[in-house]
Amino acid sequence: MSQTASQSNRLAQGGQVDRTQTLTFTFNGRSYTGHPGDTLASALLANGVDLVNRSFKYSRPRGIVAAGAEEPNAVVQLGATEATQVPNVRATQQALYDGLVACSTNGWPDAQRDIMRWVGKLGSPFMPPGFYYKTFMAPASMWMTYEKYIRKTAGLGRSPTQPDPDIYDHMHRHCDLLVVGAGPAGLSAALTAARAGARVLLADEQETMGGSLLDTRETLDDQPAAQWLKTTLAALAELDNVTLLPRTTAHGYHDHHFVTLHERRTEHLGDSAPSQAGHRQSRSRLHRVRAGQVVLATGAHERPLVYANNDVPGNLLAGAVSTYIRRYGVVPGQKLVLSTSNDHAYRAALDWQEAGREVAAIVDARSAPQGDLVAQAKAAGIRVITGSAVLEAKGTQRVSAARVAAIDVDAFTVTGKVETLECDTIASSGGYSPVIHLASHTGARPVWSDDIIGFVPSTVAGVTASGGARGVYPLGEVLADGVEAGTNAATALGFSAAVNDADLPRVASRHEGSACALFQIPHEKATLRAPKQFVDLQNDVTAAAIEVATLEGFESIEHVKRYTAMGFGTDQGKLGNINGMAVAARCLGQSIPETGTTVFRPNYTPVTFGAVVGRHCRELFDPERYTPMQSWHVARGAEFEDVGQWKRPWYYPQKRRAEGGERLETMHEAVARECRAVREGVGILDASTLGKIDIQGPDAREFLGRIYTNKWQKLAPGRVRYGLMCGDDGMVMDDGTTSCLAENHFLMTTTTGNAAPVLEWLELWHQTEWPELEVYFNSVTDHWATMTVTGPEARKLLTDLTDIDLDREAFKFMDWREGHVAGVPARVFRISFTGELAFEINVQAHYAMHVWEALFARGEAFDLTPYGTETMHVLRAEKGFIIVGQDTDGSVTPEDLGMHWAIGYDKPFPWVGKRALTRSDTRREGRKQLVGLKPKDASVVLEEGAQIVFEPNHAIPMPMVGHVTSSYYSPTLESGFALAVVKGGHQRMGESVYLPMVDGRVHEAEIVGTQFVDPKGERQHV
Amino acid sequence: MFHIYCPYCEELREEEEFHPKGEAHIARPEEPEACSDEEWGDYLFFRDNPRGIHHEMWLHAVGCRKFFNITRNTVSYEILETYKMGEQPTVGAEHLAREEKTASVQAAEGGQQTVGASDAALASVKGAQA
Repeated sequence: MSQTASQSNRLAQGGQVDRTQTLTFTFNGRSYTGHPGDTLASALLANGVDLVNRSFKYSRPRGIVAAGAEEPNAVVQLGATEATQVPNVRATQQALYDGLVACSTNGWPDAQRDIMRWVGKLGSPFMPPGFYYKTFMAPASMWMTYEKYIRKTAGLGRSPTQPDPDIYDHMHRHCDLLVVGAGPAGLSAALTAARAGARVLLADEQETMGGSLLDTRETLDDQPAAQWLKTTLAALAELDNVTLLPRTTAHGYHDHHFVTLHERRTEHLGDSAPSQAGHRQSRSRLHRVRAGQVVLATGAHERPLVYANNDVPGNLLAGAVSTYIRRYGVVPGQKLVLSTSNDHAYRAALDWQEAGREVAAIVDARSAPQGDLVAQAKAAGIRVITGSAVLEAKGTQRVSAARVAAIDVDAFTVTGKVETLECDTIASSGGYSPVIHLASHTGARPVWSDDIIGFVPSTVAGVTASGGARGVYPLGEVLADGVEAGTNAATALGFSAAVNDADLPRVASRHEGSACALFQIPHEKATLRAPKQFVDLQNDVTAAAIEVATLEGFESIEHVKRYTAMGFGTDQGKLGNINGMAVAARCLGQSIPETGTTVFRPNYTPVTFGAVVGRHCRELFDPERYTPMQSWHVARGAEFEDVGQWKRPWYYPQKRRAEGGERLETMHEAVARECRAVREGVGILDASTLGKIDIQGPDAREFLGRIYTNKWQKLAPGRVRYGLMCGDDGMVMDDGTTSCLAENHFLMTTTTGNAAPVLEWLELWHQTEWPELEVYFNSVTDHWATMTVTGPEARKLLTDLTDIDLDREAFKFMDWREGHVAGVPARVFRISFTGELAFEINVQAHYAMHVWEALFARGEAFDLTPYGTETMHVLRAEKGFIIVGQDTDGSVTPEDLGMHWAIGYDKPFPWVGKRALTRSDTRREGRKQLVGLKPKDASVVLEEGAQIVFEPNHAIPMPMVGHVTSSYYSPTLESGFALAVVKGGHQRMGESVYLPMVDGRVHEAEIVGTQFVDPKGERQHV
Repeated sequence: MFHIYCPYCEELREEEEFHPKGEAHIARPEEPEACSDEEWGDYLFFRDNPRGIHHEMWLHAVGCRKFFNITRNTVSYEILETYKMGEQPTVGAEHLAREEKTASVQAAEGGQQTVGASDAALASVKGAQA
């Protein structure tokens, strides 16, 4: 009992909290207690914690304002341990659990002792709108320094520095009807559609479903509304075609009724998801919903009034006061002043008084308010001051008084004498704004309604806003509106919904007087001189700032918004946007609809990254592809390189003797050893990742002739040809060999990374341009494993392993043969990417490991050396063989590569890329052309990407004439060497070029041909 | 995320299964050699970007691997129809697009190509849909 006694603002009874259990929690290092059913916010208020944060820009003390998603101030950092830190949690939406640890996100070093408050107090005249733009403009180089401190003082929360211990889920869902919001409209819509037979998904962001029914004073069927709520929820739960998702926020409405829901599954239970029956459960879950129809029953947010010092702790929304009293049994103060423009807010004063605390006065801006609630307040003896408003709150850490005076709303002036009413709480209400966020995600522009003094959503087909979300507020009408929305949705889905008015609960009729349009309250002083009147509490945007923006020429509300930062941050303008527009409209002398509206983007409230990522992290982040020989490569100690999703052996470091034992080779040593093995003995490469496309059909040959730059008409079965592929812009996009398997049957190879794009490219041309050609394409990349046996000893190694005649005359270079290797059916291709004698053995993937091991068993006698992609790159570069995407970049033609021999200008069909090769730009002199570079200093390995200049002593900026595309050290040449593109390079053989480096050195290199080893190409023919 | 009806699979599928491939009905000139550099440039590089009705080509990349066309409203993102390659749209703003296109023809500063295609270039480039 001694613990609950500390909850000085907790009522002895009332509300939906369980007073029999006590929960302990910590806020900013101090320990407090609360009860199950509390939010962190209600528990803080129960304990009389006024100050929950420091404001973003001025570092002013801030308290809790609202009771739901619209809370701008009480944004806290959650987490008892480093790994479970969660930034950006609204205390009003966080259920209290035992052991909860939270702290303010703003305030450095902490919220109580804050350095920036001095800036806020003294410096605020120096922090006008656009402050950062204006102040930290120069020098630009200092921005990074400024930013570090600005970030430190800004309330953005922080990420954990340790890995998240929790797991998160994604779930795909399909339903006939998605209802967002389980208040009176949503519940009746869901029940109506479900009873008609529709599959209904009902999502609600709060701990408990019910929305406004959770704290209403009204009765349904002469019972407290909670009774009807309980019956209705039970009825829904009984229906098999209804799924209820509490604690689930619809945060994004995407195209074609695709809605993302964020379900917080365990965040009400603890810091980290507790396990259930021995299994881990996901902390939160992202539902990806594709709905047939959607009903948005998202309700409305109350608008605060804009008066001086309206940010001091103790200023609350009127509706929030009622919610805290009625739902949580917490009165957030002792003495209340209510400032209102409407009847509905009178509830706050009545609830306050019924809770046994004092109401100083209700200050109503209307001259003659007349509704039933007004009469009730007067009957209860509450003083009602009409035609007036609270101009200013007094107090710094907590409200101490309200300055009240008569005002002329239309003339925006104070007309009466100011009376100061002592109080510690000021509740305000300027009416309600429908929650139109989700509707505007679809791109539908909201429309201003003078009737409800707010924007109502316009919606796309299949989406219906219902109840408060479209400005329908009286409870009876809301329930009927929900039924209508549910009926219409069900009918649109093809269900026949029988509407029976008798199903609707009876609501006691109540007269409500009309509200007046009130946003900013006038002050005796002009807005620019009055104490700060906050419009956007989260971003510290004042009415004066908006006035300054309009004075500086910002007239569009979108510009005002960006200049002042109004509506930014996690708050997204839930409380402030309409008030801000009203202030801008007043300054500009126009109406709110003339001023415009701002649309909202996803997300409605912040979504944790874990939920966005789901299971797509760590080893499941991206698939990895392995060749059939992966385990062998791993066992052999290969280092791997990622090529697309493939893991390819990069090099195979071996152990070497070293002083005091053994060490692994460096990459340089391993590559030198592997290169020498291929040039002098025999090496083997796992080339299975090369793209392979099986092409069949009577027009296959014609198709190849159109898609490749070179000729294919005469390629006979058993022969292989190198092919170059261009886009229709004439630029090289892929290369590879294509083999004629039979007259109407070809096998195309592509670069590893381009396998899928090339297949798509072939299909594109076939399906859209030449459907008359009978040709079929199929990817066989994974079906065949490829092992390249290459080097002078390759033939000897293979001889005993195959029934194919390997004689150099019987099986020539650029032939392929079918037969067996190691007893397995195989296709063997005599093609070479190393310039040495080479056999590319293709076998079905399932047999690959057997063949690979057989090759090594036989290869022992030849010291068969496995080599990886790095050695492959060195060997091919020594021969001047290009790698598309490394030596080309989408701006290189076949002629730029010096591959005139691969261009069939005289082919009859205008093949892809041909026309562009005769454009003036592709024909001009001085295009960058592929050449070899030999550094003057043989020990230098030029940097790939290094820029090339002709004149090293040219004044800066030097004209850059090309760059290095591939560069390696060649163990064969005992020198560095490179491929590069150089302007007019083909005409500059023997000339020197220069490569200025970042460190100030300048390398000199000679332009040479691209074939460094065996320039005549004799070795591959042996 | 779009929900796209594949005219070959005859089912609504998630956008993740598809690749967008740009404006539809861009036929390759029958005789590329007969095109001026400017006409060829228009065929290669210049595309409509209308506010409103847009015919665009998509590929059911991880489904049936077929290319097909979509008529889509670029403002509301509503998909008005999908139709097979070689078919013509039933919903169109062709005349509207053409008027806008003619109005927007202007020489690019210092370049050899025009912004937007001339009607003549259109006629030679668009041709009959295969």
